[in-house]
Amino acid sequence: MLGFVIQRLIQASLVMAAMSVIVFVGVYAIGNPIEIIIPPEATQEIREATIRSLGLDLPLWKQYFIFVGNLTEGDFGRSFIYNLPVLELILGRLPATLELVLISVISATVGGVVLGIYAGYRPDSIIAKTIMAVSVLGFSVPSFWVGLILILTFAVNLGWLPAGGRGETVSLFGVQWSFLTFDGLSHIVLPALNLAFFKLAMMIRLARAGTRETMLTDTIKFARAAGISEGRILRRHLLKLISIPIITVFGLELGSTLAFAVVTETIFSWPGVGKLIIDSIAVLDRPVMVAYLILTALLFVLINLTVDLVFAFIDPRIRAKGA
Amino acid sequence: MTLVLDVQDLCTSFHTRAGVVKAVNGVSFTLRKGEVLGLVGESGSGKTVTGFSLLGLVDAPGRIDRGRIVLNGQDLVGLPERELRKRRGRDIAMIFQDPIATLNPLLSIRTQMTMALDAHASMGRAAAEKRCVEVLEKVGIPDPRSRLDNYPHEFSGGMRQRVAIAIALLHNPSVIVADEPTTALDVSIQAQILHEMRSLAQETGTALIWISHDLATVSSLATRLLVMYAGRVVEEGPTAEVLNNPRHPYTRGLIDSLPATAEPGKPLSQIPGTTPSLLSLGQGCPFKPRCTYATDICDTAPALSAVTKRAWRCHHPLAMEGAA
Repeated sequence: MLGFVIQRLIQASLVMAAMSVIVFVGVYAIGNPIEIIIPPEATQEIREATIRSLGLDLPLWKQYFIFVGNLTEGDFGRSFIYNLPVLELILGRLPATLELVLISVISATVGGVVLGIYAGYRPDSIIAKTIMAVSVLGFSVPSFWVGLILILTFAVNLGWLPAGGRGETVSLFGVQWSFLTFDGLSHIVLPALNLAFFKLAMMIRLARAGTRETMLTDTIKFARAAGISEGRILRRHLLKLISIPIITVFGLELGSTLAFAVVTETIFSWPGVGKLIIDSIAVLDRPVMVAYLILTALLFVLINLTVDLVFAFIDPRIRAKGA
Repeated sequence: MTLVLDVQDLCTSFHTRAGVVKAVNGVSFTLRKGEVLGLVGESGSGKTVTGFSLLGLVDAPGRIDRGRIVLNGQDLVGLPERELRKRRGRDIAMIFQDPIATLNPLLSIRTQMTMALDAHASMGRAAAEKRCVEVLEKVGIPDPRSRLDNYPHEFSGGMRQRVAIAIALLHNPSVIVADEPTTALDVSIQAQILHEMRSLAQETGTALIWISHDLATVSSLATRLLVMYAGRVVEEGPTAEVLNNPRHPYTRGLIDSLPATAEPGKPLSQIPGTTPSLLSLGQGCPFKPRCTYATDICDTAPALSAVTKRAWRCHHPLAMEGAA
């Protein structure tokens, strides 16, 4: 097991090294931020001084190694625009995204698995058919539209829930969280629903497909033949047997939603990292883009590693191979 | 000996969009304590559906249309699912063909056995473990106490099937339905398991219904044979008598197609044609299109003829050698 973890960690660091090069080169190929940062009426001296002070006069490889050198000291650089350390900027925004995404992905998974198992267990019932119809909607209706309709319905027409912002926050471990106050929670509901809708549909489909397939296997027949009750068969046998694809998708969704909850954050003016990255792309704030993309890659690597460890925990056959 | 199972006129059909498939069509048989009954026939003859019907585990769109399944004096047909569940595993158990597919790969043997125990008995951890070790020992798993915490992939195919048999034995059921339990195993393991099953049946008094398409394995185990074709029992009798002296041409065909009876170098004999579609069965004998003895009278359904311990369903039964 330890060998497995070490092997994966080495793999992860290689992935991170490759990612840093790709991101760095990629972002620098997009465009030159000088034209945006420096007003057109600035004199030639000011231009050159600014370029030098930002290190943009150096060749690309030198800039890269300076970046990597700083990185080893935990310094991701300073934002061109805000003139703040990038890490501080991102970490300041991360909790907002984190709580929104965790709430939506977890509730989508729990809800989706329960509904999906039901739909797979009683595929011909009216409830199952309704569930599947909703899941088709979840796949096909664009997220921004759902967001707007949610605001229109619950915020504008009914006036039950606020349309945007984080609401009241409480400090925990030195970080501001919304989900701990009632007001904050009421602000999370709509964006979380918006984010969860697509994921719910996907989890329903996954759980349903897994259930339909698994219920026909001899494992389930054998358990039934032993007189084990249906409830226990679903909870103890089925849930475990269908969990591997669900956990895989859960991990992937968690990563991609954390990184790219942009649309929902924009619609609900949720001050998370998604809005930060969109703003920095608009003004070519290279340090923010680079740091953000590298942190995102790190996030994916960590999530995948966790998912693999969870697999090994669930499936003894994977455990045996890793040992 | 006491009668544990009495099946009368069992009919199980699948109501599909293409029509009604009569998978089991009027099957009757009885089973005494400790008896081993062999149920043979080609694929699609209704053997497995018969087995599942006995446990009330026919999947939709299948259902038992009529008949009686009297287990230990109580008719199971028409019992609500809750009542059936109480009997499954306790009074009647089932083991399957592929031990890799039957055990859950993600749960330890202890967990799976404990779940099966808990289904019908509430006992403490220690008592449960004792019972598990006891049955595992009975089916010939060496060092059962330490193997309890192993997972299915840590057992060989034969050992896995033994574990499955052990789970079926947990509650000392009156009847175990064994659906081709040795087909997926290699021949030497097959022989071991057959031997052990026979002594288990004698020791515990558990009656066995041994479903197989392989006459050779069944004949070494079963005291009586039931030959099925197209959902019907076409011949029945004590194993030796049926094998030495089949009355139904289909049974004859099955015996002739055994590799052991063939001359080396000659092609194996086979029954011409394939099993008929159960959707389009006519009135007559379903074996007629494949039968060399068929005449016009075979367009009407043959009734069951019986002599002492033997029974067959044919208009042109083969001659009884010796007895005639």
